Amino acid sequence: MAEFFTSNPLGILLTIVGQVLLIVVPLLVCLAFLLYADRKVWAAVQLRRGPNVVGVFGLLQSFADFGKYILKEVVVPAGADKFVFFLAPLMSFVLAMVAWAVIPFNDGWVLSDINVAILYVFAVSSLEVYGVIMGGWASNSKYPFLGSLRSAAQMISYEVSLGLIIIGIVISTGSMNFGDIVAAQDTGYGIFSWYWLPHFPMLFLFLISAHAETNRPPFDLPEAESELVAGYQVEYSSTPFLLFMIGEYVAIVLMCALTTTLFFGGWLSPIPGLPDGFLWFFGKCALVFFIFALTKSVVPRYRYDQLMRIGWKVFLPLSLGWVVLVAFLAKFELFGGAYARWMIGG
Amino acid sequence: MASVDYTRAAKYFLLMDIFKGFKMGLKYLVKPKATLNYPHEKGPLSPRFRGEHALRRYPNGEERCIACKLCEAICPAQAITIDAEPREDGSRRTTRYDIDMTKCIYCGFCQEACPVDAIVEGPNFEFATETREELFYDKDKLLDNGARWEAEIARNLELDAPYR
Repeated sequence: MAEFFTSNPLGILLTIVGQVLLIVVPLLVCLAFLLYADRKVWAAVQLRRGPNVVGVFGLLQSFADFGKYILKEVVVPAGADKFVFFLAPLMSFVLAMVAWAVIPFNDGWVLSDINVAILYVFAVSSLEVYGVIMGGWASNSKYPFLGSLRSAAQMISYEVSLGLIIIGIVISTGSMNFGDIVAAQDTGYGIFSWYWLPHFPMLFLFLISAHAETNRPPFDLPEAESELVAGYQVEYSSTPFLLFMIGEYVAIVLMCALTTTLFFGGWLSPIPGLPDGFLWFFGKCALVFFIFALTKSVVPRYRYDQLMRIGWKVFLPLSLGWVVLVAFLAKFELFGGAYARWMIGG
Repeated sequence: MASVDYTRAAKYFLLMDIFKGFKMGLKYLVKPKATLNYPHEKGPLSPRFRGEHALRRYPNGEERCIACKLCEAICPAQAITIDAEPREDGSRRTTRYDIDMTKCIYCGFCQEACPVDAIVEGPNFEFATETREELFYDKDKLLDNGARWEAEIARNLELDAPYR
């Protein structure tokens, strides 16, 4: 029986499908509650109560919203390019999902243990911008088009610094595999052995870039309500809109998972004696998501030129300088080798 | 050469404003809420609150409305339509009493004009419907409202009486 799942082509396919479902379904369920948490935090900061009717404390609100989204009428604008119009949200959703293939939830709990995992995540998250651009273009409408143009410029700008920050970590680890990166952070000092300490300034740069990369407030200019109504989402309704929204939030949670993996030691326990495990990963992700939620409620939206200025004139030089500095520190193994934890080829 | 404000630059790079904002946000996060837990708890209403309309009856079950049409006449939105003819026992009653709730502006003039306290605006404000047609209230609907809200309406009228 076990042989069927490891050698027979059909069995392997079934195994992979099972694994994919094992990631996607819990992820979507978690997402429902994260959406709820997002709204609750947002409400609490504004002294409101937030969703409170569906289920106990409104816990099932996201599921009610889901039902509402899929039951609504799908409106297609008259001048829209139908094929691209529907391809865009699908693309946004699928690409946000496939990036999870390389995220390790626990030691060895990873769908695809490839050695260029970071490049893969990066490639996929770069492609995500196509969903937005296509959506904005295919709508054949002014505001979506402006929104998608903004989104394209914004996502490309911040991907540069995001990439450079990750290069610093890759230099420290000597591997692009997420498992190796987490393993490299296991030096026995619990929370103080993780990369947030040696790469401290980059943690903030990464978080801020992640906000910009996922079009999250305060950088949600592609969908700035006050000027672009809802940006590239204006013409979308019902399920396509739902797909866009899920895609967006999955990308945000992916950024939380990336932050956790790169800076907060993934599944490692913060206290040396306690066992490592999936729950730590989950908790850290939730904590990072809380920061995202709090940022949304606290920080006002940036102006577009400010966004570009921060991206190119502040983040790019800072992260580039950091890469050089880390390369130097790693080469000469300064600070007790904190920057040179090479997993392979060291 | 332009001078550089180093304090400002330091504050910018140390994300001082962001951290201040976060501190503020966290402080507000745990503060008591300013809003009510609405569908489960509701704010207090004045006895004069002008909500959904109702037609009242006397305690013996007789309709109060005598079809004087004062409410119809005073209604600034012309939302009320009344037809009347004598009943078998000779008393003057309405055969039709319609209020178009989509026209009504809830000014309360009908209640003020009514000499027998028949048409009143009750304390109910949750009568949203799924269709427009459901908001064209007829006599049955209004009398039904009267039966349902009589206790609250009577109490409100009593509480407001000293000020009239």
